[in-house]
Amino acid sequence: MSVVRPAESLMALSKQEELEDFPNDYPLSTSEDEEDSGGDRKHQKLLEAISSLDGKNRQKLAERSEASLKVSEFTVSSEGSGERLVLSDLLEPVKTSSSLATVKKQLNRIKSKKTVELPLNKEEVERVHREVAFNKTSQALSKWDPIVLKNRQAEQLVFPIEKEQSAFAPIEHVLNGWNARTPLEQEIFNLLSKNKQPVTDPLLTPMEKASLKAMSLEEAKMRRAELQRARALQSYYEARARREKRIKSKKYHRVLKKERAKKVLKEFEELQKVDPTAALEELEKLEKARMMERMSLKHQNSGKWAKSKAIMAKYDLEARQAMQDQLARNKELTQKLQVASESEEEGGVEEEGDLLVPDAVNEAHMTADGLNPWMVRNHPGDAKEAEIQKDREQLPEPMASEASESEGEERPVAEEEILLKEFEERRLVRKTSGLNQDTKAVDRQETKDTSSQEVLSELRALSQKLNKDKHQPRKQKVSLERTVLPVQREEPAQEEEVPLLLQRPERAETLEELEELGKEGCLQNKELPRSALERQQLERNPVNQPGAPKEKKRKEQMIDLQNILTTESPSVKSLAVPTTIEELENEQERDQKQMIREAFAGDDVIRDFLKEKREVVEESKPKDVDLTLPGWGEWGGMGLKPSAKKRQRFLIKAPEGPPRKDKNLPNVIINEKRNIQAAAHQVRVLPYPFTHHQQFERTIQTPIGSTWNTQRAFQKLTTPKVVTKLGHIIKPIKAEDVGYRSSSRSDLSVIQRNPKRLSLRHKKQLKKNSKD
Amino acid sequence: MEIAPKPGKDVPPKKDKLQTKKKKPRRYWEEEITPTAAGAFPGPPRNKRNPELFPQQPKNTHTLKKSRISKKPQFLNKSRERTNPKPQQSLSGAQDPFPGPAPVPVEVAQKFRRIDRSKKLPHSKSKTRSRLEVAEAEEEEISVKAARSELLLAEEPGFLEGEDGEDTAKISQADIVEAVDIASAAKHFDLNLWQFGPYRLNYSQTGRHLAFGGRRGHVAALDWVTKRLMCEINVMEAVRDIRFLHSEALLAVAQNRWLHIYDNQGIELHCIRRCDRVTRLEFLPFHFLLTTCSETGFLTYLDVSVGKIVAALNARAGRLDVMTQNPYNAVIHLGHSNGTVSLWSPAMKEPLAKILCHRGGVRAVAVDSTGMHMATSGLDHQLKIFDLRGAYQPLSARTLPQGAGHLAFSQWGLLAAGMGDVVNIWAGQGKGSPPSLEKPYLTHRLSGHVHGLQFCPFEDVLGVGHSGGITSMLVPGAAEPNFDGLENNPYRSRKQRQEWEVKALLEKVPAELICLDPRALAEVDVISLEQEKKERIERLGYDPESKAPFQPKPKKKGRSSTANLMKRKRKVMEEEHRDKVRQSLEQQSLKKKKVAKPVGTRPSALDRFVR
Repeated sequence: MSVVRPAESLMALSKQEELEDFPNDYPLSTSEDEEDSGGDRKHQKLLEAISSLDGKNRQKLAERSEASLKVSEFTVSSEGSGERLVLSDLLEPVKTSSSLATVKKQLNRIKSKKTVELPLNKEEVERVHREVAFNKTSQALSKWDPIVLKNRQAEQLVFPIEKEQSAFAPIEHVLNGWNARTPLEQEIFNLLSKNKQPVTDPLLTPMEKASLKAMSLEEAKMRRAELQRARALQSYYEARARREKRIKSKKYHRVLKKERAKKVLKEFEELQKVDPTAALEELEKLEKARMMERMSLKHQNSGKWAKSKAIMAKYDLEARQAMQDQLARNKELTQKLQVASESEEEGGVEEEGDLLVPDAVNEAHMTADGLNPWMVRNHPGDAKEAEIQKDREQLPEPMASEASESEGEERPVAEEEILLKEFEERRLVRKTSGLNQDTKAVDRQETKDTSSQEVLSELRALSQKLNKDKHQPRKQKVSLERTVLPVQREEPAQEEEVPLLLQRPERAETLEELEELGKEGCLQNKELPRSALERQQLERNPVNQPGAPKEKKRKEQMIDLQNILTTESPSVKSLAVPTTIEELENEQERDQKQMIREAFAGDDVIRDFLKEKREVVEESKPKDVDLTLPGWGEWGGMGLKPSAKKRQRFLIKAPEGPPRKDKNLPNVIINEKRNIQAAAHQVRVLPYPFTHHQQFERTIQTPIGSTWNTQRAFQKLTTPKVVTKLGHIIKPIKAEDVGYRSSSRSDLSVIQRNPKRLSLRHKKQLKKNSKD
Repeated sequence: MEIAPKPGKDVPPKKDKLQTKKKKPRRYWEEEITPTAAGAFPGPPRNKRNPELFPQQPKNTHTLKKSRISKKPQFLNKSRERTNPKPQQSLSGAQDPFPGPAPVPVEVAQKFRRIDRSKKLPHSKSKTRSRLEVAEAEEEEISVKAARSELLLAEEPGFLEGEDGEDTAKISQADIVEAVDIASAAKHFDLNLWQFGPYRLNYSQTGRHLAFGGRRGHVAALDWVTKRLMCEINVMEAVRDIRFLHSEALLAVAQNRWLHIYDNQGIELHCIRRCDRVTRLEFLPFHFLLTTCSETGFLTYLDVSVGKIVAALNARAGRLDVMTQNPYNAVIHLGHSNGTVSLWSPAMKEPLAKILCHRGGVRAVAVDSTGMHMATSGLDHQLKIFDLRGAYQPLSARTLPQGAGHLAFSQWGLLAAGMGDVVNIWAGQGKGSPPSLEKPYLTHRLSGHVHGLQFCPFEDVLGVGHSGGITSMLVPGAAEPNFDGLENNPYRSRKQRQEWEVKALLEKVPAELICLDPRALAEVDVISLEQEKKERIERLGYDPESKAPFQPKPKKKGRSSTANLMKRKRKVMEEEHRDKVRQSLEQQSLKKKKVAKPVGTRPSALDRFVR
């Protein structure tokens, strides 16, 4: 062997070099050297040192792969086994003792309990409740939205709302004395009578009637939901019962039994007080039950008989046989029942087994799975040891159970109940571990709360999702905007080589406002001074040059006043020339006067009119405010005139009013004053949906009086918006009235409780909820 | 405003004698008794239009002269189009040759439209839009209904038409009278009342009654159709003007000193001393206002339903003796000696508008029934027709040899002018079009100088009061051929008149609503609307409807420095400004496109010398 060793080590070296890249394989190489002595170890150390030189695997953690008495304190490590060190492992002695099992269990239990989440603070809880309640209410209310909208837009509403009689009135009821006369009718009725269809009174068969009266969809849905609920509850109950029945934990059953016995005893005592004879019967029953239990083979080896047999078994073959039988029987009876149908439950049962079945079984189970590396490396020769261990474990168990039993008897009833609760708790924990809910809350609160919590969790998930969604597009948008903005900035720069942009914003705005006034406004600005000049000119020499060419200067739009009045209108060559000879004297005089007037008429008229117009225009213009104080900041005294600069400085110019209507009409003066009396009759408040007065004006432009409309149109235009029937009670609207046919009682109550209207934001939220 | 036509409802419809006893409807299985009946009468039997429904007016007086007088071609000559290619089969097997409702020509319906769709509305929300759509649909439906009922206007105006080249003005009254039927011929008459000086006259609103007053105190009222005299008195005072009030039962007489009101028996009911030296009278039928203008220069509105003076306005233009009303908007037009015509409403102390019409004083003013045209005549011997639709510009003018002293418009738009002892009548193209002053339609010489002119409503008659009495002229095509039986029924009984009186009083229009644009009432009072808005903003301290100014969001990590905030603010501001500039530029370019240079006339170098 010693010859082979160096070779092997060499080989190992070479292998080591080869496998250096795979540090996980390191144990492999070591396992080969396992049998080697201390010299090998030194060699290996050397190798390690070499391998650690490259810096890759500086620390090789030594691993114990073999039970040995010498354990270096430096090589103890938690790694290598692939499992984390657990507190209970440390507690475990080399030899398992039953006294520690309970502690271990308790530790396990503590470990399995998650820390209870902090309850939400009151405001948040309230908020959540509010939100949920709001969603429910708004959902219930949103059902009415289309109806409300329809009623608002309806031309006429008739109250009370009459349901259309959907009942089928047979034709006999409608027309009395009606019988089939035509050949077709007769034929039809013959057919009906042949097929035993109802011919006269009930036109519908009972089946048809029933189907007509059948419940609506909503009702059916509700009914089905109720049934489903009941079925689910039943199945839960059944499953629970089955599971409880299948629980093998002796302790559980013992506790259960004891509780039951206590209950019975209590009842019995009560019964004794109330009804002694019945109590006696009950006592008998109890006795019988006890006897039956005694008789039945429930006990393995704790009975008197069993004990004696155990003693005898050494010597007596029969006794041994009997004991064997009993054991077999016991095994048979206590064997776990295999339910083949439900594979899922099996898993569940196994899980249960993990917790409830004693640890030994657990360990065996684990070995089978091959999860424990310790066990993996065990040689088949070690199996014996394992068996012994098992035996050891099995043996002390009954003792422990007995101990606990004895303790249990001393415990009060409350403790048992607590225990039972704990069992249930554990099961629930297993169930809801995926949802990471705290057990206490589940225990105490009703299903309602759980549902609300579910809603809550859903909401949270939703919000998270939404947040994620939001973030992404926002980022994208931002990036997009960044790319777009510079482009936009450049654009106007190119466009606005026009002087407009060069001006400051305020200035430009005013200019634009002017532009908005339109062409006329522009013209007005330019023309006003000029026209004023012209007028002055006119004033100066109206007599000298009536109708002089100066008028040509006027804009084309300005209608020539002179032209208006001095148009050469063609004279009438009437057939019947008025006879002036027969005129009366006074009329002759009048005519003379007229002649004189005509001779002097003309320019005066025009001049006067223009003067009047100018005055009116001046008067209607808004006045400037002069705030100059003569003598302020300069010499005082009589006859002072503040400087022009100062006057200009303290002059507040009035804003220019809108252009006059008669601006371009020289022969007209139109009064710009408001007709206040007529304005009192005008609408001065815009009604609700309108935002601009033009919109509203359009709706009131058609006259509704009978003077302007035909009779029919008048009637149509003046139909009342709401019609009520005299003497009828107007009941509030019901779902059935508008064809909803829903029997959901909550609708109305909800509306009465919460008549608030939905805001837009809430609606959006609702939509979101409904989508998800 | 177009008023939907209505049949004379007050006339009791004649019972249809054609309807026999009700037959039992035949069932389809019963044997057909008259198999040919269905084929013989396709469609349901149509009701013969009842001739009694529209009392025949003796208006088409001029249909006799075949060559000269002809009916106007039907202006609504749209053939019905079949909308359905396959008419539905009815029970009897007969087919409706005109299935569906009768189609309505678009132009006719357009006449009754009130909403101006060309006007662009600012952007509206969906809720508002639905309301607008409803309103528009309603308007359309109503206009179609009104257009359909146009069918009920059975009568058409007649007119004179000359033979080729013949001037209608040459046709004398005698010729017309000779041509027309007796009933119409009876409408031409002369009253020789040479004693009591030049006469003013007035027809009642229904056109049935005539009142006239001579300057020397002669006042009379008569049913001029039957020539039944209602009353005849002498008020022993100069009579300046006479006018019927809302019905023929009351008449106002402007006497030398005061205004008097008589009933149709000639009994003096009132003497209104607040209206003194009245020269002209006018009555606004829908407002129940009697307007008077006086020598003292006052225009007075008297509400005859309550007997109150609504307004007394000083025109500040000296003596007023030219007055007329605009039947469209009840505005009073006054003619002044300085050549202006002023427009008045009782709500305003100043004239609504002043129009310089003539170089000399204004002698007569008349406004047509649509309120679109005003005819004026002045001392400068000119007759002008003005457009009253905002522009107030003369449409046509004509110099007359002596100038017209009196003007009157007929319902159908004919213009009559009294010049000395001659009456000239000009005709236009129909209702609503200005009369063309090219050629007179009719002329008539009277026995005296014209002193009063009025067309009789609903009759083709022109009443002329002159110094020799009263003349009733036949003017074919002057009046509205169809009357509204509920409004002005010439054939109404006393009971009907009383009923109408009550209704009219109930529908009385307040005097303050008189303004230039009667449709202004259908507009929102923008000024007070804005005022209220401003007040609200002041009250609240902020504008609840305004867009909130941009407030930059606070950012973290030192990016929210004051400079940064300012920068961000400025960015937004500049963006807005850029938008505005862009819009203005677009508008400018549009304008430039619109104002393209006139093609053809290139500026020549010599243009600079043109003054």
